[in-house]
Amino acid sequence: MAEAAVTTRLKKLINTPETEVKDALAGMAAAHGDLIRVEYDPNVIIRKDAPRKGKVGLVSGGGSGHEPMHGGYVGRGMLDAACPGAVFTSPTPDQMARATAAVDGGAGVLHVVKNYTGDIMNFEMAAELARGEGAKVNAVITNDDVAVQDSLYTAGRRGVGVTVLLEKIVGGCAEAGADLETVTTLAKKVNANGRSMGMALTSCIVPAAGKVTFEIADDEMELGIGIHGEPGRERTKLKAADEIAEILTSTVVKDLPYKRGDEVLAFVNGMGGTPLIELYVVANAVNRYLQKEGIKPARWLVGSYITSLEMAGCSVTLLKLDAETTKFWDAPVHTPALRWGV
Amino acid sequence: MAVSSAQIYTWLERYAGIVAEQKQYLTGLDAAIGDGDHGINLDRGFQTVLVKLAPVRDKDAGTLLKTTGMALVGSVGGAGGPLYGTFFLRAGAALDGKAEVSDAEFVDALEAGLKGLQERGKANRNDKTMVDALAPAVERARQYLGEGAPLEEILAAAADAAEEGMKATIPLKALKGRASYLGDRSIGHQDPGATSSYLMLRALSDSLAALPQRATTTTT
Repeated sequence: MAEAAVTTRLKKLINTPETEVKDALAGMAAAHGDLIRVEYDPNVIIRKDAPRKGKVGLVSGGGSGHEPMHGGYVGRGMLDAACPGAVFTSPTPDQMARATAAVDGGAGVLHVVKNYTGDIMNFEMAAELARGEGAKVNAVITNDDVAVQDSLYTAGRRGVGVTVLLEKIVGGCAEAGADLETVTTLAKKVNANGRSMGMALTSCIVPAAGKVTFEIADDEMELGIGIHGEPGRERTKLKAADEIAEILTSTVVKDLPYKRGDEVLAFVNGMGGTPLIELYVVANAVNRYLQKEGIKPARWLVGSYITSLEMAGCSVTLLKLDAETTKFWDAPVHTPALRWGV
Repeated sequence: MAVSSAQIYTWLERYAGIVAEQKQYLTGLDAAIGDGDHGINLDRGFQTVLVKLAPVRDKDAGTLLKTTGMALVGSVGGAGGPLYGTFFLRAGAALDGKAEVSDAEFVDALEAGLKGLQERGKANRNDKTMVDALAPAVERARQYLGEGAPLEEILAAAADAAEEGMKATIPLKALKGRASYLGDRSIGHQDPGATSSYLMLRALSDSLAALPQRATTTTT
């Protein structure tokens, strides 16, 4: 167990836990000044040319530690602003209120909120503030994680991988000049057609806490994890990648359910500490499973796009595509973390 | 007896100190069933509260509580920010402009805070949340007030009720917040929000009991 002991120590490229978020924001501003600008206190990442007159503004936010989400998705064809909270802690209403004001080009603003108790409450308070200032604000909540039972007895399913896909697709729609109701309706459709499930090989260390969030033995994995180092649904013995991929994909497929003949966007996401080669091993198994079920993976995204600090592991997201969602997925995007068609 | 705004300031300052002391303990409780940041976030919030209270510390009770609420909303994040923030904002609104607060007004303010917090979080008793400590405390305070008990007894009884409510969260299954994702695995753990809520009410009771003595020693 000597190796496991090493992972419980704080060994990170940070200066202090307190300055980590601001230091990283300043780095983003330096590296991507052509696409974004950064404001501090309250911390907001804003598309450089915002507000764009007549364009619906798209604002998201969440705890830090999930990079590149959300700040990496600010730019043409995706988000207009992102509000980074402390690590794994939702941002505060003053951040979202400032972001909303900064990107409101007169056509209203859509808040993209992941379904976590704290995020919901802070965005609700922000929407109340922004509406008080005369802004037109809608909100869409993502809740695609099939590992959580959606019942009266939980806070409901967590928002995970679909959030990234939604921000891209809905961002494409807003860029094309659609109005707030159209953008909101599309956002709800994307969320309704997407499902995800994740797993972890290791835990992660929240810098301010200084130790791993949960202990896990070298021969174990945690199935059904979220993106905050919180334990998942089930602890089992580690299996081969093919078997893990099949568990995740089959659970996702059966949940919606995705049916023979469906076209999907298949998203294999790394949790932060897993190398790309392993994600492609998973993608291979996901593809095989989908082919066997007669589901066509018409689009792919493979990489670490919604992470949980240095956690090793992956998640699988499927999104049922139609002509509208495919068109806006393919539309040009130019952000720090996603770029194509430009 | 009445509550002065100086006593309310003492309460907030004392609670900020307790949160700083108990940061690791609260975070440890949260790591078991949540995401392990409750103590860290609340400490950041109350350090901000101390900074924001400094220029208004001589103002009325309502201003002190509302300033506390705004500072928490703007600095805590997570669920704790809106919940604690709303609690203090609503309690403060109930005491707007009052430098001296009657016992009944003070209990009303605590109740208004609880009501706001419940509207924000949509939690009921036995969901394994802050409400499990705060609701019995307000109920007990109301009962003691009705029986004509002096304020120290009212607040001591409220803190005792919060402590019982906090301990009673241990066998509960969480129905709200991140802990609810664990289902049955949340059973057997004390709720961190109920714990910090209890600490807040114990700080209230202790600071109001202690202040007259301290005031005597500083004026002689």
